[in-house]
Amino acid sequence: MSTVATVGPRATAGGFDLARALKEAGLAAFVAFVLFVPLAGFKLVGQEGQLALEYRPHWVLIGTAAVFVGHLAINFIRAMRGPSQRARGEAGAMARFFTVHARWFGLAAALLAFLLPFTPLGNRYVVDVATTVLIYVMLGWGLNIVVGLAGLLDLGYVAFYAVGAYSYALFAQWFGLGFWEALPIAGVLAAIAGILLGFPVLRLRGDYLAIVTLGFGEIIRVVLLNWYDVTNGPDGISGIPRPTFFGLEFKRYSPDGMTFSQFFGIEYSSLHRVIFLYYLILILALITNWFVLRIRRLPIGRAWEALREDEIACKALGINPTNTKLTAFALGAMFGGFAGSFFATRQGFISPESFTFIESATILAIVVLGGMGSQIGVALAALVIVVLPELGREFEQFRMLLFGAAMVGIMVWRPRGLLAFREPTVRLHGRGQGEEAPR
Amino acid sequence: MNAPLLEVEHLTMRFGGLVAVDDLSFTAMDQRITAIIGPNGAGKTTVFNCLTGFYRPTVGRLTFHGRFGPVLLEREDGFRIPRHGIARTFQNIRLFAHMTALENLVVAQHNHLMRASGYTVLGLFGWKGYRAAERAAIERARYWLDRMGLLARADWDAGSLPYGEQRKLEIARAMCTQPKLLCLDEPAAGLNPRETAELAELLVEIRDREQIGILLIEHDMSMVMRISDQIIVLDYGRKIAEGTPEQIRTDPVVIKAYLGEAEDEELPEEVREDLARLGGGA
Amino acid sequence: MLYFLQQLINGLTLGMMYGLIAIGYSMVYGIIGMINFAHGEIYMIGAFISIIAFLLLGVLGVTWIPLALLLVLLIAMAFTAAYGWTVERLAYRPLRGSFRLAPLISAIGMSIFLQNYVQLLQGANVKAVPPIITGGWILAEQDGFAVRISNVQIMIILLTLVLMAIFSWIIANTPLGRAQRACEQDLKMAALCGVNVDRTISLTFVMGAALAAVAGLMATLYYGVVDFFIGFLAGIKAFTAAVLGGIGSIPGAMLGGLLLGLVEAFWSGYFTTEYKDVAAFSILVIVLIFLPTGLLGKPEIEKV
Ligand SMILES: Nc1ncnc2c1ncn2[C@@H]1O[C@H](COP(=O)(O)OP(=O)(O)OP(=O)(O)O)[C@@H](O)[C@H]1O
Ligand SMILES: [Mg+2]
Repeated sequence: MSTVATVGPRATAGGFDLARALKEAGLAAFVAFVLFVPLAGFKLVGQEGQLALEYRPHWVLIGTAAVFVGHLAINFIRAMRGPSQRARGEAGAMARFFTVHARWFGLAAALLAFLLPFTPLGNRYVVDVATTVLIYVMLGWGLNIVVGLAGLLDLGYVAFYAVGAYSYALFAQWFGLGFWEALPIAGVLAAIAGILLGFPVLRLRGDYLAIVTLGFGEIIRVVLLNWYDVTNGPDGISGIPRPTFFGLEFKRYSPDGMTFSQFFGIEYSSLHRVIFLYYLILILALITNWFVLRIRRLPIGRAWEALREDEIACKALGINPTNTKLTAFALGAMFGGFAGSFFATRQGFISPESFTFIESATILAIVVLGGMGSQIGVALAALVIVVLPELGREFEQFRMLLFGAAMVGIMVWRPRGLLAFREPTVRLHGRGQGEEAPR
Repeated sequence: MNAPLLEVEHLTMRFGGLVAVDDLSFTAMDQRITAIIGPNGAGKTTVFNCLTGFYRPTVGRLTFHGRFGPVLLEREDGFRIPRHGIARTFQNIRLFAHMTALENLVVAQHNHLMRASGYTVLGLFGWKGYRAAERAAIERARYWLDRMGLLARADWDAGSLPYGEQRKLEIARAMCTQPKLLCLDEPAAGLNPRETAELAELLVEIRDREQIGILLIEHDMSMVMRISDQIIVLDYGRKIAEGTPEQIRTDPVVIKAYLGEAEDEELPEEVREDLARLGGGA
Repeated sequence: MLYFLQQLINGLTLGMMYGLIAIGYSMVYGIIGMINFAHGEIYMIGAFISIIAFLLLGVLGVTWIPLALLLVLLIAMAFTAAYGWTVERLAYRPLRGSFRLAPLISAIGMSIFLQNYVQLLQGANVKAVPPIITGGWILAEQDGFAVRISNVQIMIILLTLVLMAIFSWIIANTPLGRAQRACEQDLKMAALCGVNVDRTISLTFVMGAALAAVAGLMATLYYGVVDFFIGFLAGIKAFTAAVLGGIGSIPGAMLGGLLLGLVEAFWSGYFTTEYKDVAAFSILVIVLIFLPTGLLGKPEIEKV
């Protein structure tokens, strides 16, 4: 519970009141002690079918001491650095820098991404991880339409991802549709799912929407688990066709025509498909990015942001709130659907296990950490959140714990996200002209 | 040229047991400033909310001679009413605080721009027609920013403007919807005397240049008396007087409602009704 | 008919537990107008602390069941309340007056955090608790089908009724209750009138958490299994109950809980258990669309 430490005296620059800091750290440590005693001090262990207690007093002591020291340290740092306002200002300046130069960062990142498979780094493992990163980037950008622009908290985004994945899998299974034919269908079906869910609930208060979408995500999973005839239940669907390069398959031999390697006269390598998948998701993600950047500057995009700011004022200007929100919901869902079909074709196998609330929470964490409405922020957050667990088992284990703590921390510290800096959709004066706004 | 613009007949709004507006009838003329005044809680804002579709009136007929001919406002969905040509501001400013002043004014032209962007589809691909429409929208926004003296701060976040400028921006935003009737809820609240005088001038100018009707709720009597063509006085939801500024200024009923005489309670019912009739006979 | 009666008993028991959790949602919503998403996890923590307390008392030699039960009840309520207090202090209080989504996102984060915190500390496996209160009564019997009510069920129903009585008394008659009702009407005005708003909100979280802890204890006794994930579904369902009864209304929360428990019991009894969660959720959506103020809630007109 290191977050205990974030609550403390508003220290002013230069003045560090040791006695007071000690007292407050002591209080925090006491609370931490009370919290740790029952859950950390004792562990329930099964012994021959019977539960027993394992005693761990040292855990309590270590935890309490950590809170005490952490609290002191944070207060000390605050006192040294001046009011927390300044730290916020620094992060704000960084966010501003990133957003103002977004075009260059974006181009550089895209270029790097395109070259990645051909750099010395580009081995199978790295390209594979990069593909996963890009899936989350795309999902984050899709959800950003709903949460960042329209200000609607969607906790069941994974449902649309699942709709996309199962649409492709089932259309391939039943009608033999290939990836490219199924992709638009999957997107449309996900969008329809978004509309069906959104229509009744979008006129409700924002927090009701959150819990209804949370429930919806869960329902989709339950249905996928239990509707055996169609979804094959927990066993999932396997043998999903892999994508082809304009009809050329990525195999050594193919009974129905040429393969990719034969056509280009290169030696077959299983790496080809991995790289192809990577480029596929890279292009899908870039399309998503183009779409979001573009639509933000269109009337609908401005209306989304306006609705996020003040729904009543929107109504007084003749904006239909329900339809406008519904569009955001449907478009967000559509990109979830696209990403879902890609996921299906990449894995070749899907099951309900891939579509749990954890997944929704991860995507939301990416949007929240990266900065609501910030494309670059979301991409960076996706990178961090996917790569961190790859670095070691410890991260994997603490991943969700850290997400949770980070979401709380960011809301307390920088509620609009680490890299949230809003660039106006239209300007009257060039940058630096007109009167300088106070920051 | 002075046709009725808005006819309110027997408007009543109840909240549970509370009667916020009680059998109110009046007519607002085109190209005239009609002021609604009354003590706090008299039901003025509630009248606005009924007109602009935020509340559904308990009883009453609200006929608006709008852009597409007469329309019964009480039957319309709130968000459709602006299309007929009614725009409003709010007593507690409701700007899109984290969008720039310019963006606020562009959002006000949403429906028009939405059509021009082919409901987003054409706009996505940068269709020429849309780009022209957007330029025109920005031009209109620039015009209003200029009129309000906000041009230099066009790219500021609306929320970081000083209070008086926020009030002005809200009026500019309402004007960008190109209304036939502009409803202003206490536009001078929080302004200093000089700003108030400027605002009064601006409103008269808007009435004459844009040739629209204005419905004005205001507590600043000097401004109301100076610019109104017609004044309606509400007290406890009822219309207690109606007339020109001169008539209202001297109306004993109005004076009583504002100054609150202790004897008021002891007046016999008949006398009070007589007084009300006297006041309302303008 | 007998089968119906049996489902009625099961549904009432279930409903009492939902109701207790739902009160926490409703009170917090009433006062600060936010959904405390982490409340389901508080219930889960309550369940864990109950088991640990039981085992500890067993080790200490407190084996007389009524006494052990009472002690466990008190311990669980106290420690869980500490969690409720801390959650408010860390994740919600700094956000008062922040932008609209901030407290919601913070609450989700808190919920994820607590779930994984318990998983890390206590392991992911399901904890099976040996039955502590055993026995029961046969109310009626016909054609080999018996309607039973177990002692656990009796305890759950009685305990809930007693707690509800105490609780209603607190809200109606104590200064704390008065402060809560004042905050519910108008937070700012209450503060101006000298109500210690921070303290009142804190105590509201504490009370909500204590009731959720009781529900956690009951679930432990009733189902006999607990894991770190139980808070998720229970949370959604209790929230549904709160909305059904009219969020912000405490009798409403109890009523909503009972109705939801009954629906779920009858659904499982007469249709299929697989989709019983779907049923609960469908109720939520239907209520929100057709009866957004719930059964006992006050209409909420946004002032313009
Ligand atoms: N949504 C509502 N629910 C219940 N009562 C309301 C509602 N809106 C307004 N009222 C009540 O109606 C009465 C009239 O309110 P209104 O806001 O119209 O007054 P007003 O004339 O605008 O006052 P002020 O000059 O203070 O703005 C008040 O008693 C108010 O409390
Ligand atoms: Mg008013």
